[in-house]
Amino acid sequence: MNPAKVLKNGILDDNPTFVQVIGMCPTLAVTTSAINGIGMGLSTTAVLICSNFVISLIRKFVPDQIRIPAFIVVIASFVTIVQMILKAFVPSLDKSLGLFIPLIVVNCIILARAEAFASKNNPLLSIFDGIGMGLGFTVALTAIGIVREFLGNGTVFGFGADLFEFLPKTLIMILAPGAFFTLAFLMIIINIIRKPKSK
Amino acid sequence: MENTKLIVSSTPHIRSKDSIQSIMRDVLIALTPAALMGIWYFGIKALLIIAISIASSIFFEAAFQKITKKSITITDLSAAVTGLLLAMNLPVEIPFWLPIVGAFFAIIVAKQLFGGLGQNFINPALAARAFLLASYPTPMTNFTSPTGLFANSDTVAKATSLADAVSNATPLSRLNEGAFIPEISDYIDALSGNIGGCIGETCAIALIIGGIYLLVRRVISWRIPVTYILTVFILSWFFGRTPLYELLIGGLMLGAFFMATDYSSSPVTPLGQLIMGFGCGVLTALIRSYGSYPEGVSYSILLMNLAVPLIDRYTKPKIFGEVKKNDK
Repeated sequence: MNPAKVLKNGILDDNPTFVQVIGMCPTLAVTTSAINGIGMGLSTTAVLICSNFVISLIRKFVPDQIRIPAFIVVIASFVTIVQMILKAFVPSLDKSLGLFIPLIVVNCIILARAEAFASKNNPLLSIFDGIGMGLGFTVALTAIGIVREFLGNGTVFGFGADLFEFLPKTLIMILAPGAFFTLAFLMIIINIIRKPKSK
Repeated sequence: MENTKLIVSSTPHIRSKDSIQSIMRDVLIALTPAALMGIWYFGIKALLIIAISIASSIFFEAAFQKITKKSITITDLSAAVTGLLLAMNLPVEIPFWLPIVGAFFAIIVAKQLFGGLGQNFINPALAARAFLLASYPTPMTNFTSPTGLFANSDTVAKATSLADAVSNATPLSRLNEGAFIPEISDYIDALSGNIGGCIGETCAIALIIGGIYLLVRRVISWRIPVTYILTVFILSWFFGRTPLYELLIGGLMLGAFFMATDYSSSPVTPLGQLIMGFGCGVLTALIRSYGSYPEGVSYSILLMNLAVPLIDRYTKPKIFGEVKKNDK
Protein backbone atom coordinates (compact mmCIF):
# COMPACT_ATOMS: atom_id res chain seq x y z
CA MET A 1 0.00 0.00 0.00
CA ASN A 2 1.51 3.31 -1.04
CA PRO A 3 0.52 6.83 0.03
CA ALA A 4 -0.91 7.79 -3.37
CA LYS A 5 -3.22 4.80 -3.39
CA VAL A 6 -4.36 5.51 0.16
CA LEU A 7 -5.10 9.09 -0.84
CA LYS A 8 -7.11 8.13 -3.91
CA ASN A 9 -8.95 5.49 -1.91
CA GLY A 10 -10.23 8.12 0.51
CA ILE A 11 -11.33 10.65 -2.06
CA LEU A 12 -12.83 8.34 -4.67
CA ASP A 13 -13.13 4.61 -4.19
CA ASP A 14 -14.04 4.65 -0.51
CA ASN A 15 -15.51 8.12 -0.28
CA PRO A 16 -16.78 8.32 3.31
CA THR A 17 -20.03 10.06 2.37
CA PHE A 18 -21.06 8.64 -0.97
CA VAL A 19 -19.65 5.13 -0.73
CA GLN A 20 -19.26 4.26 2.95
CA VAL A 21 -22.23 6.44 3.99
CA ILE A 22 -20.75 7.31 7.36
CA GLY A 23 -20.69 10.65 9.17
CA MET A 24 -24.25 11.33 8.04
CA CYS A 25 -25.16 13.67 10.89
CA PRO A 26 -22.96 16.63 9.86
CA THR A 27 -23.48 15.74 6.19
CA LEU A 28 -27.20 16.27 6.47
CA ALA A 29 -27.25 19.00 9.08
CA VAL A 30 -24.69 21.63 8.10
CA THR A 31 -24.70 21.53 4.31
CA THR A 32 -27.20 24.34 3.91
CA SER A 33 -24.55 26.36 2.09
CA ALA A 34 -21.32 25.63 0.24
CA ILE A 35 -19.28 27.62 2.78
CA ASN A 36 -20.68 25.60 5.65
CA GLY A 37 -19.94 22.39 3.79
CA ILE A 38 -16.34 23.28 3.05
CA GLY A 39 -15.82 24.61 6.59
CA MET A 40 -17.16 21.48 8.18
CA GLY A 41 -15.21 19.31 5.77
CA LEU A 42 -11.89 21.04 6.40
CA SER A 43 -12.36 21.09 10.17
CA THR A 44 -13.01 17.37 10.10
CA THR A 45 -10.02 16.85 7.82
CA ALA A 46 -7.74 18.70 10.23
CA VAL A 47 -8.93 16.64 13.16
CA LEU A 48 -8.72 13.44 11.13
CA ILE A 49 -5.12 13.99 10.00
CA CYS A 50 -3.91 14.84 13.51
CA SER A 51 -5.83 12.10 15.28
CA ASN A 52 -4.82 9.47 12.71
CA PHE A 53 -1.19 10.47 13.15
CA VAL A 54 -1.21 10.41 16.95
CA ILE A 55 -3.26 7.24 17.21
CA SER A 56 -0.90 5.54 14.79
CA LEU A 57 2.04 6.60 16.99
CA ILE A 58 0.49 5.20 20.16
CA ARG A 59 -1.04 2.11 18.56
CA LYS A 60 1.70 -0.22 19.85
CA PHE A 61 1.35 0.44 23.56
CA VAL A 62 -2.31 1.29 24.10
CA PRO A 63 -3.95 -1.80 25.61
CA ASP A 64 -6.70 -3.26 23.48
CA GLN A 65 -9.38 -3.05 26.16
CA ILE A 66 -9.17 0.71 26.60
CA ARG A 67 -8.28 1.72 23.05
CA ILE A 68 -11.62 3.43 22.33
CA PRO A 69 -11.45 5.79 25.37
CA ALA A 70 -7.84 6.52 24.47
CA PHE A 71 -8.81 7.36 20.89
CA ILE A 72 -11.63 9.58 22.10
CA VAL A 73 -9.26 11.54 24.35
CA VAL A 74 -6.91 12.12 21.42
CA ILE A 75 -9.75 13.10 19.07
CA ALA A 76 -11.41 15.37 21.63
CA SER A 77 -8.17 17.25 22.21
CA PHE A 78 -7.79 18.02 18.52
CA VAL A 79 -11.45 18.97 18.16
CA THR A 80 -11.00 21.45 21.00
CA ILE A 81 -7.99 22.95 19.26
CA VAL A 82 -9.87 23.22 15.96
CA GLN A 83 -12.83 24.83 17.66
CA MET A 84 -10.60 27.41 19.36
CA ILE A 85 -8.92 28.21 16.04
CA LEU A 86 -12.29 28.62 14.31
CA LYS A 87 -13.57 30.83 17.14
CA ALA A 88 -10.50 33.02 16.91
CA PHE A 89 -10.12 33.40 13.14
CA VAL A 90 -13.50 32.67 11.48
CA PRO A 91 -16.10 33.43 14.16
CA SER A 92 -18.92 33.60 11.60
CA LEU A 93 -18.26 30.06 10.41
CA ASP A 94 -18.00 28.88 14.00
CA LYS A 95 -21.38 30.41 14.65
CA SER A 96 -23.10 28.82 11.68
CA LEU A 97 -21.60 25.38 12.34
CA GLY A 98 -22.40 25.72 16.03
CA LEU A 99 -22.73 22.49 17.92
CA PHE A 100 -21.53 20.41 15.01
CA ILE A 101 -17.90 21.33 15.63
CA PRO A 102 -17.75 19.76 19.11
CA LEU A 103 -19.75 16.87 17.68
CA ILE A 104 -16.81 16.00 15.40
CA VAL A 105 -15.59 14.05 18.44
CA VAL A 106 -18.25 11.44 17.85
CA ASN A 107 -18.15 11.62 14.05
CA CYS A 108 -18.17 8.11 12.64
CA ILE A 109 -15.50 8.85 10.08
CA ILE A 110 -12.86 9.78 12.62
CA LEU A 111 -13.46 6.86 14.93
CA ALA A 112 -13.83 4.49 12.00
CA ARG A 113 -10.48 5.54 10.49
CA ALA A 114 -8.81 5.37 13.92
CA GLU A 115 -10.11 1.88 14.47
CA ALA A 116 -9.88 0.52 10.94
CA PHE A 117 -6.74 2.22 9.67
CA ALA A 118 -4.60 4.24 12.07
CA SER A 119 -4.43 1.56 14.74
CA LYS A 120 -3.07 -0.91 12.16
CA ASN A 121 -0.82 1.17 9.94
CA ASN A 122 2.28 3.31 10.27
CA PRO A 123 2.09 7.06 10.99
CA LEU A 124 2.93 8.19 7.43
CA LEU A 125 0.23 6.09 5.80
CA SER A 126 -2.19 7.17 8.53
CA ILE A 127 -1.59 10.81 7.70
CA PHE A 128 -2.31 10.15 4.03
CA ASP A 129 -5.40 8.19 4.97
CA GLY A 130 -6.53 11.18 7.04
CA ILE A 131 -5.92 13.56 4.14
CA GLY A 132 -7.70 11.29 1.65
CA MET A 133 -10.73 10.54 3.81
CA GLY A 134 -10.93 14.14 5.00
CA LEU A 135 -10.78 15.55 1.48
CA GLY A 136 -13.32 12.98 0.30
CA PHE A 137 -15.61 14.15 3.07
CA THR A 138 -14.92 17.80 2.24
CA VAL A 139 -15.62 17.30 -1.47
CA ALA A 140 -18.89 15.53 -0.68
CA LEU A 141 -20.07 18.14 1.81
CA THR A 142 -19.13 21.00 -0.48
CA ALA A 143 -20.94 19.38 -3.41
CA ILE A 144 -24.08 18.90 -1.34
CA GLY A 145 -23.74 22.44 -0.01
CA ILE A 146 -23.38 23.94 -3.49
CA VAL A 147 -26.46 22.15 -4.81
CA ARG A 148 -28.61 23.03 -1.79
CA GLU A 149 -27.45 26.64 -1.66
CA PHE A 150 -27.96 27.12 -5.39
CA LEU A 151 -31.44 25.61 -5.50
CA GLY A 152 -32.62 26.92 -2.15
CA ASN A 153 -31.06 30.34 -2.03
CA GLY A 154 -30.00 31.12 -5.60
CA THR A 155 -26.34 31.68 -4.74
CA VAL A 156 -23.05 29.79 -5.01
CA PHE A 157 -20.62 30.33 -2.13
CA GLY A 158 -22.71 33.35 -1.22
CA PHE A 159 -22.21 34.97 -4.62
CA GLY A 160 -24.46 35.36 -7.62
CA ALA A 161 -27.55 36.65 -5.86
CA ASP A 162 -28.13 39.06 -8.77
CA LEU A 163 -27.09 36.60 -11.45
CA PHE A 164 -29.61 33.94 -10.45
CA GLU A 165 -32.33 36.29 -9.35
CA PHE A 166 -34.72 34.98 -11.99
CA LEU A 167 -34.52 31.47 -10.53
CA PRO A 168 -37.23 30.48 -8.08
CA LYS A 169 -35.94 29.70 -4.61
CA THR A 170 -36.86 26.16 -3.68
CA LEU A 171 -36.99 26.62 0.06
CA ILE A 172 -37.24 22.95 0.86
CA MET A 173 -33.69 22.43 -0.40
CA ILE A 174 -32.21 24.35 2.51
CA LEU A 175 -34.57 22.65 4.94
CA ALA A 176 -33.88 19.17 6.28
CA PRO A 177 -35.58 17.20 3.45
CA GLY A 178 -33.39 18.95 0.89
CA ALA A 179 -30.33 17.34 2.44
CA PHE A 180 -31.75 13.88 1.88
CA PHE A 181 -32.86 14.66 -1.68
CA THR A 182 -29.48 16.11 -2.61
CA LEU A 183 -27.50 13.29 -1.00
CA ALA A 184 -29.67 10.71 -2.75
CA PHE A 185 -29.38 12.32 -6.17
CA LEU A 186 -25.62 12.79 -5.85
CA MET A 187 -25.31 9.15 -4.83
CA ILE A 188 -27.26 8.11 -7.90
CA ILE A 189 -24.85 10.08 -10.07
CA ILE A 190 -21.79 8.67 -8.28
CA ASN A 191 -23.10 5.13 -8.59
CA ILE A 192 -23.76 5.57 -12.30
CA ILE A 193 -20.20 6.80 -12.74
CA ARG A 194 -18.74 4.00 -10.63
CA LYS A 195 -20.79 1.20 -12.10
CA PRO A 196 -18.72 0.35 -15.21
CA LYS A 197 -15.65 -0.07 -13.00
CA SER A 198 -17.22 -2.67 -10.76
CA LYS A 199 -18.39 -4.77 -13.71
CA MET B 1 -46.57 -18.87 11.69
CA GLU B 2 -49.01 -18.62 8.85
CA ASN B 3 -47.93 -19.56 5.42
CA THR B 4 -47.43 -16.26 3.66
CA LYS B 5 -46.91 -17.72 0.20
CA LEU B 6 -49.47 -17.00 -2.44
CA ILE B 7 -51.21 -20.22 -3.25
CA VAL B 8 -52.85 -20.47 -6.63
CA SER B 9 -55.57 -23.06 -6.72
CA SER B 10 -56.18 -25.20 -9.76
CA THR B 11 -58.30 -24.02 -12.65
CA PRO B 12 -60.85 -22.73 -13.53
CA HIS B 13 -60.01 -19.15 -12.60
CA ILE B 14 -62.33 -16.21 -12.96
CA ARG B 15 -60.55 -13.66 -15.07
CA SER B 16 -61.10 -10.04 -14.15
CA LYS B 17 -61.59 -7.62 -16.97
CA ASP B 18 -59.93 -4.85 -14.97
CA SER B 19 -56.58 -3.60 -16.10
CA ILE B 20 -54.48 -0.71 -14.86
CA GLN B 21 -55.57 1.18 -17.93
CA SER B 22 -59.29 0.60 -17.40
CA ILE B 23 -59.06 1.57 -13.73
CA MET B 24 -57.06 4.69 -14.46
CA ARG B 25 -59.46 5.59 -17.25
CA ASP B 26 -62.31 5.36 -14.75
CA VAL B 27 -60.43 7.62 -12.35
CA LEU B 28 -59.86 10.13 -15.13
CA ILE B 29 -63.55 10.04 -16.06
CA ALA B 30 -64.51 10.51 -12.43
CA LEU B 31 -62.19 13.49 -12.07
CA THR B 32 -63.42 15.18 -15.23
CA PRO B 33 -66.53 16.92 -13.81
CA ALA B 34 -64.56 18.52 -10.98
CA ALA B 35 -61.77 19.54 -13.35
CA LEU B 36 -64.29 21.06 -15.75
CA MET B 37 -65.92 22.97 -12.91
CA GLY B 38 -62.47 24.21 -11.89
CA ILE B 39 -61.87 25.47 -15.43
CA TRP B 40 -65.35 26.99 -15.45
CA TYR B 41 -64.67 28.93 -12.28
CA PHE B 42 -60.99 29.76 -12.60
CA GLY B 43 -60.73 30.29 -16.32
CA ILE B 44 -58.51 29.24 -19.18
CA LYS B 45 -55.42 29.42 -17.00
CA ALA B 46 -56.73 26.49 -14.98
CA LEU B 47 -56.99 24.48 -18.20
CA LEU B 48 -53.42 25.40 -19.12
CA ILE B 49 -52.14 24.34 -15.71
CA ILE B 50 -53.96 21.02 -15.97
CA ALA B 51 -52.56 20.47 -19.46
CA ILE B 52 -49.01 21.34 -18.43
CA SER B 53 -49.21 19.15 -15.36
CA ILE B 54 -50.51 16.10 -17.24
CA ALA B 55 -48.11 16.57 -20.14
CA SER B 56 -45.06 16.95 -17.92
CA SER B 57 -46.06 13.98 -15.74
CA ILE B 58 -46.32 11.77 -18.81
CA PHE B 59 -43.07 13.19 -20.15
CA PHE B 60 -41.14 12.51 -16.93
CA GLU B 61 -42.54 8.98 -16.71
CA ALA B 62 -41.56 8.22 -20.29
CA ALA B 63 -38.17 9.90 -19.93
CA PHE B 64 -37.31 8.03 -16.74
CA GLN B 65 -38.33 4.69 -18.20
CA LYS B 66 -36.41 5.44 -21.36
CA ILE B 67 -33.25 6.41 -19.49
CA THR B 68 -33.40 3.43 -17.14
CA LYS B 69 -34.22 1.16 -20.10
CA LYS B 70 -37.52 -0.07 -18.70
CA SER B 71 -40.60 -0.69 -20.78
CA ILE B 72 -42.47 2.55 -21.22
CA THR B 73 -45.85 2.34 -19.54
CA ILE B 74 -47.37 5.74 -20.13
CA THR B 75 -50.34 4.16 -21.89
CA ASP B 76 -51.57 2.77 -18.57
CA LEU B 77 -52.67 6.37 -17.86
CA SER B 78 -51.37 6.33 -14.29
CA ALA B 79 -49.04 9.25 -15.01
CA ALA B 80 -51.96 11.17 -16.49
CA VAL B 81 -53.99 10.56 -13.34
CA THR B 82 -51.12 11.78 -11.18
CA GLY B 83 -50.72 14.87 -13.36
CA LEU B 84 -54.41 15.68 -13.24
CA LEU B 85 -54.59 15.16 -9.46
CA LEU B 86 -51.53 17.36 -9.01
CA ALA B 87 -53.03 20.17 -11.08
CA MET B 88 -56.29 19.91 -9.17
CA ASN B 89 -54.31 20.39 -5.97
CA LEU B 90 -52.73 23.64 -7.08
CA PRO B 91 -54.13 27.13 -6.79
CA VAL B 92 -54.70 28.82 -10.14
CA GLU B 93 -52.47 31.85 -9.65
CA ILE B 94 -49.17 30.04 -9.91
CA PRO B 95 -46.34 30.45 -12.41
CA PHE B 96 -46.42 27.90 -15.22
CA TRP B 97 -43.13 26.25 -14.26
CA LEU B 98 -44.55 25.23 -10.90
CA PRO B 99 -46.62 22.27 -12.12
CA ILE B 100 -43.56 21.06 -14.06
CA VAL B 101 -41.44 21.01 -10.89
CA GLY B 102 -44.33 19.31 -9.13
CA ALA B 103 -44.66 16.68 -11.84
CA PHE B 104 -40.93 16.00 -11.63
CA PHE B 105 -41.18 15.44 -7.90
CA ALA B 106 -44.34 13.35 -8.16
CA ILE B 107 -43.21 11.08 -10.97
CA ILE B 108 -39.44 10.84 -10.51
CA VAL B 109 -38.93 11.15 -6.76
CA ALA B 110 -42.15 9.87 -5.23
CA LYS B 111 -43.02 7.23 -7.82
CA GLN B 112 -40.25 6.00 -10.11
CA LEU B 113 -37.34 6.08 -7.68
CA PHE B 114 -39.29 3.77 -5.40
CA GLY B 115 -39.95 1.33 -8.22
CA GLY B 116 -42.77 2.82 -10.25
CA LEU B 117 -46.46 2.10 -10.27
CA GLY B 118 -47.59 0.01 -7.32
CA GLN B 119 -44.35 0.51 -5.40
CA ASN B 120 -44.77 4.11 -4.30
CA PHE B 121 -45.47 4.27 -0.59
CA ILE B 122 -47.00 7.74 -0.68
CA ASN B 123 -49.43 9.31 -3.08
CA PRO B 124 -47.23 11.00 -5.73
CA ALA B 125 -49.56 13.92 -6.39
CA LEU B 126 -49.85 14.72 -2.69
CA ALA B 127 -46.12 14.32 -2.13
CA ALA B 128 -45.57 16.85 -4.90
CA ARG B 129 -48.10 19.18 -3.37
CA ALA B 130 -46.37 18.99 0.00
CA PHE B 131 -43.01 19.56 -1.72
CA LEU B 132 -44.32 22.61 -3.55
CA LEU B 133 -46.03 24.00 -0.47
CA ALA B 134 -42.83 23.74 1.57
CA SER B 135 -40.71 25.12 -1.26
CA TYR B 136 -42.82 27.95 -2.64
CA PRO B 137 -45.18 29.02 0.15
CA THR B 138 -46.11 32.33 -1.42
CA PRO B 139 -47.55 31.20 -4.77
CA MET B 140 -48.92 28.00 -3.24
CA THR B 141 -51.12 29.85 -0.77
CA ASN B 142 -52.21 32.64 -3.08
CA PHE B 143 -55.83 31.65 -3.50
CA THR B 144 -58.06 33.67 -5.72
CA SER B 145 -61.80 33.87 -5.79
CA PRO B 146 -63.39 32.34 -8.88
CA THR B 147 -63.31 34.71 -11.80
CA GLY B 148 -65.38 32.73 -14.25
CA LEU B 149 -64.38 31.35 -17.60
CA PHE B 150 -65.14 34.32 -19.79
CA ALA B 151 -64.36 37.29 -17.60
CA ASN B 152 -60.95 35.78 -17.25
CA SER B 153 -58.58 37.60 -19.60
CA ASP B 154 -59.46 41.01 -18.18
CA THR B 155 -59.29 39.89 -14.60
CA VAL B 156 -55.98 38.18 -15.08
CA ALA B 157 -54.54 41.25 -16.75
CA LYS B 158 -55.74 43.29 -13.85
CA ALA B 159 -54.40 40.78 -11.37
CA THR B 160 -50.94 40.87 -12.87
CA SER B 161 -50.78 44.65 -12.86
CA LEU B 162 -52.31 45.08 -9.44
CA ALA B 163 -50.77 42.75 -6.92
CA ASP B 164 -53.31 40.81 -4.88
CA ALA B 165 -56.15 42.30 -6.86
CA VAL B 166 -58.15 39.11 -6.78
CA SER B 167 -56.63 37.39 -3.79
CA ASN B 168 -59.24 35.94 -1.57
CA ALA B 169 -59.30 34.00 1.63
CA THR B 170 -60.52 30.45 1.29
CA PRO B 171 -63.49 29.46 3.43
CA LEU B 172 -61.11 27.45 5.58
CA SER B 173 -58.89 30.37 6.43
CA ARG B 174 -61.99 32.42 7.16
CA LEU B 175 -63.19 29.68 9.49
CA ASN B 176 -59.79 29.65 11.15
CA GLU B 177 -59.85 33.37 11.73
CA GLY B 178 -63.12 32.78 13.53
CA ALA B 179 -66.41 34.67 13.61
CA PHE B 180 -67.50 33.19 10.30
CA ILE B 181 -70.81 31.37 10.42
CA PRO B 182 -71.73 29.98 7.01
CA GLU B 183 -75.20 30.76 5.74
CA ILE B 184 -77.33 28.89 3.23
CA SER B 185 -75.74 30.76 0.34
CA ASP B 186 -72.29 29.73 1.58
CA TYR B 187 -73.37 26.09 1.54
CA ILE B 188 -74.61 26.47 -2.01
CA ASP B 189 -71.37 28.17 -3.05
CA ALA B 190 -69.33 25.41 -1.46
CA LEU B 191 -71.42 22.70 -3.12
CA SER B 192 -71.20 24.27 -6.53
CA GLY B 193 -67.58 25.32 -6.17
CA ASN B 194 -67.96 29.08 -6.18
CA ILE B 195 -65.31 29.52 -3.49
CA GLY B 196 -61.60 30.18 -3.32
CA GLY B 197 -59.25 27.22 -3.31
CA CYS B 198 -57.24 24.90 -5.50
CA ILE B 199 -58.38 24.25 -9.06
CA GLY B 200 -60.02 20.90 -8.53
CA GLU B 201 -61.13 20.94 -4.92
CA THR B 202 -63.79 23.61 -4.80
CA CYS B 203 -66.80 21.97 -6.45
CA ALA B 204 -67.98 19.45 -3.88
CA ILE B 205 -70.93 18.23 -5.91
CA ALA B 206 -68.78 17.32 -8.94
CA LEU B 207 -66.30 15.50 -6.69
CA ILE B 208 -69.09 13.58 -5.00
CA ILE B 209 -70.51 12.58 -8.39
CA GLY B 210 -67.05 11.42 -9.44
CA GLY B 211 -66.64 9.52 -6.19
CA ILE B 212 -69.99 7.79 -6.60
CA TYR B 213 -69.00 6.84 -10.15
CA LEU B 214 -65.85 5.21 -8.81
CA LEU B 215 -67.85 3.41 -6.12
CA VAL B 216 -70.37 2.15 -8.65
CA ARG B 217 -67.63 0.98 -10.98
CA ARG B 218 -66.01 -0.69 -7.96
CA VAL B 219 -62.73 1.05 -8.59
CA ILE B 220 -62.64 2.09 -4.94
CA SER B 221 -64.35 0.64 -1.90
CA TRP B 222 -66.58 2.74 0.32
CA ARG B 223 -64.51 2.13 3.42
CA ILE B 224 -61.85 4.82 3.23
CA PRO B 225 -63.96 7.73 1.91
CA VAL B 226 -66.96 7.06 4.14
CA THR B 227 -65.00 6.59 7.36
CA TYR B 228 -62.81 9.56 6.47
CA ILE B 229 -65.72 11.92 5.85
CA LEU B 230 -67.73 10.62 8.79
CA THR B 231 -64.79 11.05 11.17
CA VAL B 232 -64.22 14.62 10.04
CA PHE B 233 -67.94 15.33 10.43
CA ILE B 234 -68.14 13.93 13.97
CA LEU B 235 -64.90 15.50 15.16
CA SER B 236 -65.73 18.92 13.68
CA TRP B 237 -69.03 18.77 15.49
CA PHE B 238 -67.21 17.72 18.63
CA PHE B 239 -64.72 20.58 18.30
CA GLY B 240 -67.60 23.04 17.99
CA ARG B 241 -67.06 23.90 14.34
CA THR B 242 -69.57 23.79 11.52
CA PRO B 243 -69.56 20.09 10.68
CA LEU B 244 -71.60 20.01 7.47
CA TYR B 245 -69.89 23.02 5.94
CA GLU B 246 -66.55 21.56 6.91
CA LEU B 247 -67.18 18.59 4.62
CA LEU B 248 -67.81 20.71 1.56
CA ILE B 249 -64.78 22.97 1.72
CA GLY B 250 -61.07 22.44 1.34
CA GLY B 251 -59.66 19.31 -0.20
CA LEU B 252 -61.70 16.85 1.81
CA MET B 253 -63.89 15.42 -0.97
CA LEU B 254 -60.99 15.30 -3.42
CA GLY B 255 -58.75 13.70 -0.83
CA ALA B 256 -61.26 11.22 0.53
CA PHE B 257 -62.44 9.84 -2.81
CA PHE B 258 -59.42 10.17 -5.04
CA MET B 259 -56.24 10.33 -3.01
CA ALA B 260 -56.67 8.42 0.23
CA THR B 261 -57.90 5.50 -1.92
CA ASP B 262 -54.76 5.30 -4.07
CA TYR B 263 -54.13 1.54 -4.41
CA SER B 264 -50.47 1.33 -3.65
CA SER B 265 -50.53 3.74 -0.72
CA SER B 266 -53.64 2.54 1.10
CA PRO B 267 -54.24 -0.65 3.09
CA VAL B 268 -55.46 -3.78 1.33
CA THR B 269 -57.40 -5.27 4.21
CA PRO B 270 -60.99 -4.11 4.90
CA LEU B 271 -60.26 -3.37 8.55
CA GLY B 272 -57.07 -1.56 7.55
CA GLN B 273 -59.04 0.62 5.17
CA LEU B 274 -61.40 1.61 7.97
CA ILE B 275 -58.38 2.50 10.13
CA MET B 276 -56.88 4.47 7.26
CA GLY B 277 -60.08 6.51 6.80
CA PHE B 278 -60.44 7.05 10.52
CA GLY B 279 -56.82 8.12 10.93
CA CYS B 280 -57.04 10.55 8.02
CA GLY B 281 -60.24 11.98 9.49
CA VAL B 282 -58.77 12.47 12.95
CA LEU B 283 -55.63 14.14 11.58
CA THR B 284 -57.60 16.38 9.22
CA ALA B 285 -59.96 17.54 11.95
CA LEU B 286 -57.08 18.12 14.35
CA ILE B 287 -55.02 20.09 11.83
CA ARG B 288 -58.04 22.17 10.82
CA SER B 289 -58.97 22.95 14.41
CA TYR B 290 -55.62 23.30 16.09
CA GLY B 291 -52.92 23.38 13.41
CA SER B 292 -51.29 26.47 12.02
CA TYR B 293 -52.28 25.48 8.48
CA PRO B 294 -55.94 26.06 7.66
CA GLU B 295 -56.13 22.82 5.66
CA GLY B 296 -54.86 19.40 6.68
CA VAL B 297 -56.20 16.93 4.13
CA SER B 298 -52.98 16.51 2.18
CA TYR B 299 -50.76 16.14 5.23
CA SER B 300 -53.11 13.75 6.99
CA ILE B 301 -53.28 11.49 3.93
CA LEU B 302 -49.49 11.59 3.57
CA LEU B 303 -49.02 10.74 7.25
CA MET B 304 -51.44 7.85 7.02
CA ASN B 305 -49.71 6.67 3.83
CA LEU B 306 -46.60 6.21 5.93
CA ALA B 307 -48.55 4.10 8.43
CA VAL B 308 -50.03 1.82 5.76
CA PRO B 309 -47.43 -0.97 5.91
CA LEU B 310 -47.94 -1.13 9.67
CA ILE B 311 -51.73 -1.11 9.34
CA ASP B 312 -51.62 -3.89 6.77
CA ARG B 313 -49.36 -5.92 8.97
CA TYR B 314 -51.60 -5.74 12.01
CA THR B 315 -54.88 -6.25 10.20
CA LYS B 316 -53.90 -9.38 8.33
CA PRO B 317 -57.00 -11.54 8.23
CA LYS B 318 -56.96 -14.91 9.97
CA ILE B 319 -56.54 -17.99 7.87
CA PHE B 320 -59.55 -20.23 8.21
CA GLY B 321 -59.19 -23.92 8.74
CA GLU B 322 -55.96 -23.86 10.71
CA VAL B 323 -55.76 -25.51 14.09
CA LYS B 324 -54.52 -23.28 16.85
CA LYS B 325 -51.15 -24.46 18.00
CA ASN B 326 -50.86 -25.30 21.65
CA ASP B 327 -47.21 -24.55 22.12
CA LYS B 328 -47.73 -20.83 21.61
